[in-house]
Amino acid sequence: MNETNELAHDVALSMEPAEHFHLELSNRGVESKAISPSPLLPAHFLEIVKPGDWGKVASVAKDQAWRWAAGWAEDEGNLFSVSVCLELQGTYLVLRTRTDSGNPFLPSHAPYFVSANRPERHMRDMFGIKFSGHPDPRRWTRHQAWDSETYPLRHAFPKEGQSPGQTPPDKDYPFFKVDGQGVFEIPVGPVHAGIIEPGHFRFHAVGETLLSLEERLCYVHKGIEKIAEGRTAESLARLAGRVSGDTTVGHAFAACLAMERAASLEVPLRASFIRGLLVELERVINHLWDMAAICNDVAFAFAYYQFGRLRELWLRDNQALFGHRLLMDRIVPGGVNVDVNLESSERITKSVKFLRQELSELVTIHDQNSSLEDRLVTAGHLRVEDAKTLGALGFVGRSSGQSFDVRKDAPYSPYDQLEVTVPVENQGDVASRFWVRYKELWVALKLIEQLLEKMPDGEIATPWVSPSPDAEGLGLVEGWRGEILSYVRFGEDGRISRYYPRDPSIVNWPALEKLVLGNIVPDFPVCNKSVNGSYSGNDL
Amino acid sequence: MFGIYRKILTTGVLTEKFARKKRLSQQVGLEGREPELDEIGKKLKATIDKRFAGSLHIRQVDAGSCNGCELEIHALNNVYYDIERFGVHFVASPRHADVLLVTGPVSRNMEAALRRTYEATANPKWVIAVGDCGACGGEFGVSYASCGAVANVIPVDAVVPGCPPTPLDLMRGILDLFSR
Repeated sequence: MNETNELAHDVALSMEPAEHFHLELSNRGVESKAISPSPLLPAHFLEIVKPGDWGKVASVAKDQAWRWAAGWAEDEGNLFSVSVCLELQGTYLVLRTRTDSGNPFLPSHAPYFVSANRPERHMRDMFGIKFSGHPDPRRWTRHQAWDSETYPLRHAFPKEGQSPGQTPPDKDYPFFKVDGQGVFEIPVGPVHAGIIEPGHFRFHAVGETLLSLEERLCYVHKGIEKIAEGRTAESLARLAGRVSGDTTVGHAFAACLAMERAASLEVPLRASFIRGLLVELERVINHLWDMAAICNDVAFAFAYYQFGRLRELWLRDNQALFGHRLLMDRIVPGGVNVDVNLESSERITKSVKFLRQELSELVTIHDQNSSLEDRLVTAGHLRVEDAKTLGALGFVGRSSGQSFDVRKDAPYSPYDQLEVTVPVENQGDVASRFWVRYKELWVALKLIEQLLEKMPDGEIATPWVSPSPDAEGLGLVEGWRGEILSYVRFGEDGRISRYYPRDPSIVNWPALEKLVLGNIVPDFPVCNKSVNGSYSGNDL
Repeated sequence: MFGIYRKILTTGVLTEKFARKKRLSQQVGLEGREPELDEIGKKLKATIDKRFAGSLHIRQVDAGSCNGCELEIHALNNVYYDIERFGVHFVASPRHADVLLVTGPVSRNMEAALRRTYEATANPKWVIAVGDCGACGGEFGVSYASCGAVANVIPVDAVVPGCPPTPLDLMRGILDLFSR
């Protein structure tokens, strides 16, 4: 490295990642405008002037090791805007460009980032934006409910759709084929054999060994983005709470945060603490349930009933203390609608203590159970490099070396006042995803105690004030599955004009296609459970 | 290995019955006990004994739900509710089922699959629409992507509203249908 280069390198290192990115764009001749202050705080914001540069932008992001977190489009009349959210070392950066809505066309980001693949297919199905260089020309969100020439998220498309008749089955989707002697194909779903959400899996196997898995999702596409349009802030919070029923707190939190940032509304600190408490409670019940279900899928019924029993106790606590077993609709724009008093605080503390005691006992039993180890260790291995390439989130990422956690790396209230430890492993198998959940459970219990202990006095909500038309906001929170991103734009009269929730499942589903390879068919259920992607959160 | 046995013994039987109340009171979390469970359970068992020779088979179908209802349907099988003891069994195939427990709203992308599941279920059969969405479309209603209520797609015999309905609501719903 010569002296000038070295100097440039040093300068780059001392720069904020977003500035460094901006500088590199201009070095490569990409015209971009930094908007300051950013309309999407805490993210930085860059407008890319020429849509033709969109691919170059992705290549710079790839070179600088940004994570491609989310992408969404908006109908602006004569133009469609496309926004992408990147993240590097806890710094978020939103890039936006515009393309003519008469012939919407952009270079694809998918050749650079796997995580852009399905979101771009979604934008293609919903807006009709063509992405040149995209490796997969097939539809994704669209089955047979609307035709290939109409696009539901364009303003001209009526909310009620066009065909009131029966929707035909989606029978001619061009699945990938695998040929060879002894290769057979196993189609599974959309209706599965348990109490579980619907989706289709297409396996190719030789004997018992899986050669490939292709996911075909979006069976529970309910038009969430479209029916969000025209809602009030309060009504959007309700809808957000139903993006994925098991993450009702997480999504409502992210959506409210986005709306409050758009409205520049300061939420009382006490409300933030209660929100944090609710999110951690949600983490506890879901992790307990996943640990139960992982054990159940390898026929270790003992642990299934034990963890299930503990979970039920927490659900009943939720009902008694907050009026809802799953904590739906407790987070509202401006704050929360439930308070924590001394009595509830004592009850939670008691439950935390009891759960710790029970977990310690159960963990010993787990450790001594070699048959459980036989099934979980090495099964469903996700390599650290693959997790990085995919941008895997939550416990899926953290079991394969990806330590990112919004609570720690880009802290928001109340986590900016708490101590968050993030357990990370490199083992990458089902066992590791089990143990990372277990460790996260302990962290959540500690956080619950901290939240109760440090809970400030004050109001639990501030009156909602609608922002001016066009105001936009970004909510980023760490749900129990990982980073949840929520984008909101307001229109006239304080009504929502655009809502895009990015559940971590959207990013993590492709990890399942990777990690099952080479496993035997009967291990698929436990591999799937160890990832536990949300179908509803993915399909929207 | 002994650890498992010890834990099983010390955990005891948590399944909610009046007779076990005394022993249960040593456990944490009992403030939230379901006092009605025993009564509803007894009636449910009597009804199923009489009408289905002791066993009612349910196939659950998620036709577009947010997964909230599924969590509560699952809870019916945990040790506290243990709905199998009343004769209610969840089965893997619609061909084995007496009842389809359908959560909604029915997404258009699931419409054909739901119709086919219904057709695959042998007569006599009953359909219970679960949750506010299954009952009336709920938060999602009818749109380009959603058919709304389950009744808009297949014939429905009973409805269990709630967002989501609690395990007790679900038991009550099944009981109501077969006590008519």
